[in-house]
Amino acid sequence: MTDMIKTNDRTITLEILRYNPESDEAPTFGTFEIPYVEDWSLLDALEYIKDEMDSSLSYRWSCRMAVCGSCGMVINGKPQLGCETFLRSYYPEKMRIEPLANFPIERDLVVDSSDFIKKLESVKPYIIDAVDATKAAPKKKQPEKTSTGVYKQKPAELGLYKQFSMCINCMLCYSACPQMGLNPLFTGPAALALGHRYNLDNRDQGADERTEVIQDKNGVWSCTFVGYCSEVCPKNVDPAAAINQNKAQGAQDWALSFLMPRKGDK
Amino acid sequence: MSKPKHIEPLLWSLFGAGGMTIAFFMTGIILSLVFFDASTLSYERMHAFFMESWIGRLSIIVALVPSYWGCIHRVYHGMHDLQIHAGNGIKVLCYGFAMVLSIATVVVVI
Ligand code: SF4
Repeated sequence: MTDMIKTNDRTITLEILRYNPESDEAPTFGTFEIPYVEDWSLLDALEYIKDEMDSSLSYRWSCRMAVCGSCGMVINGKPQLGCETFLRSYYPEKMRIEPLANFPIERDLVVDSSDFIKKLESVKPYIIDAVDATKAAPKKKQPEKTSTGVYKQKPAELGLYKQFSMCINCMLCYSACPQMGLNPLFTGPAALALGHRYNLDNRDQGADERTEVIQDKNGVWSCTFVGYCSEVCPKNVDPAAAINQNKAQGAQDWALSFLMPRKGDK
Repeated sequence: MSKPKHIEPLLWSLFGAGGMTIAFFMTGIILSLVFFDASTLSYERMHAFFMESWIGRLSIIVALVPSYWGCIHRVYHGMHDLQIHAGNGIKVLCYGFAMVLSIATVVVVI
């Protein structure tokens, strides 16, 4: 890598939002001029800066291959993964790197994601097996169980929710969503898509327990279908579709709650 | 089965219905302007169909009423997007206006 850097005198400029809560009043941009290497991702460039120029630069990363969801940042105004973004797409223009929008900044490009985690937990993102838990009669038809207690699932049944299970919790969609900025209580695209994923799973009996959060004012009904979440999603989860499918379901349940009021009460 | 404690599902359904009627009837209007000549679409003929037959009256109500709700829903939520955080008063005013228009339409047509 150092050979590559030496034989190359082209450079690219990175403007990075810096913030150290211990010494800074407010975030400011720091400018770094680094060697331009054609096959560097932005994450490689940040690594170079940390190793060679300023070891205090803080950012999250782990897998370097768009699987872990750690390196989400806002690059020239668009939420993207650092590992999937290449310098060559911007060179010779400069790049401007900011932490994800709609989150409090912890330090430099690191944001505080605790609220996001709470929202993920609020949709009960795990299989709720009512029969096992309460010995109640299953509300919907249950798939067959093997003698070892494992449910069988057909490819078509997997296909129903697979797309919504691909989320890597990168939070790009939260940064993209204008409603998130307007209403911080909004449960948000990824969490709602995750709840939908479990509702669609035929092994799950927990849809009723998720309804309160999903159908709340701050659930799917806070969404005005801007759709930018689905556009920035690196895993094609399409959270906007998940939200709209839940609006349709919610509208249907709403109407049914008048026709069969007793069923609506718990 | 759930019973949400807000009427957003209803407003959203009307909004969806409005979007659909606007899409259908606008296409209908544009296509008929392309394919029919002026005399076919004369005021007298249109009036005779839409105001004097039951099917005409019904279709004009179906075309117009959901559209009001669709448009007002867009306006109301658009305000929110533009960071004008209208309170409940404005909400009642918006949807109340759609309600008045709907009733007026039905009264006038019938
Ligand atoms: S839905 Fe997509 S953009 Fe949102 S957190 Fe999951 S992977 Fe990231």
